Amino acid sequence: MILENNMTLTRRKTLALGGSALAFASFAGAPAFASLTDDAIAEMTGGAEIGEGAITLTAPEIAENGNTVPISVDAPGAVAITLFADGNPVPAVATFNFGPLSASRSASTRIRLAGTQNIVALAKMEDGSFQRASANVKVTIGGCGG
Amino acid sequence: MAKGVKPRVKVPKKASAGETITIKTLISHKMESGQRKDGDGNAIPRSIINRFTADFNDQNVIDVTLEPAISTNPYFQFEAVVPESGEFKFTWYDDDGSVYDTSKKIEVS
Repeated sequence: MILENNMTLTRRKTLALGGSALAFASFAGAPAFASLTDDAIAEMTGGAEIGEGAITLTAPEIAENGNTVPISVDAPGAVAITLFADGNPVPAVATFNFGPLSASRSASTRIRLAGTQNIVALAKMEDGSFQRASANVKVTIGGCGG
Repeated sequence: MAKGVKPRVKVPKKASAGETITIKTLISHKMESGQRKDGDGNAIPRSIINRFTADFNDQNVIDVTLEPAISTNPYFQFEAVVPESGEFKFTWYDDDGSVYDTSKKIEVS
């Protein structure tokens, strides 16, 4: 994954990525995390079809520090939004449940990312359907400690 | 680890009825993820805030479930509708059972 990315990057970005490649390598021995996210999503949706487009996930393209990555989600008509980071040791990040006095169904927070990876937002809409959005974030220094 | 925990909340003092307002909250907390190790290689036990709620006059605005992937000093920004004057109540629930709360009044004209 890292190799593919590097090929399309400028020299400067490639240099910045060096650190994240190292951080990522330390996790390479663990099982594929993406399936954990997919499993969690399948469990929430019960296998229902997931639409796209009615949810917006805003995340920085490159995060210098994986300890605090600012992200925001916006899904008009959602009752709940769950965030996943599929490259983290534990993919679940947070679940926002919106109450009756919530105005726009949006929220912003700051999250930890262990390395370069995809963030996935899954929204449960008022009619029971699901919407998803994902964003790739390149992390220079992983936020996993250790 | 209930030491040094200080909630901070930003809510406008005034609004007009039915207006959408933006609320920002921050609480100082280490949010120990349980993934880190100390100098001797022992895992540091998880200690995070696992839930955050915001209510206005006993009606829910937002209820957030937090996982260890939320950064140190959890920050949230969200929007609420204010139908009348009243009080926002913000509550954070710690892994160790502690509950931190704070409230803010808003005047609606």
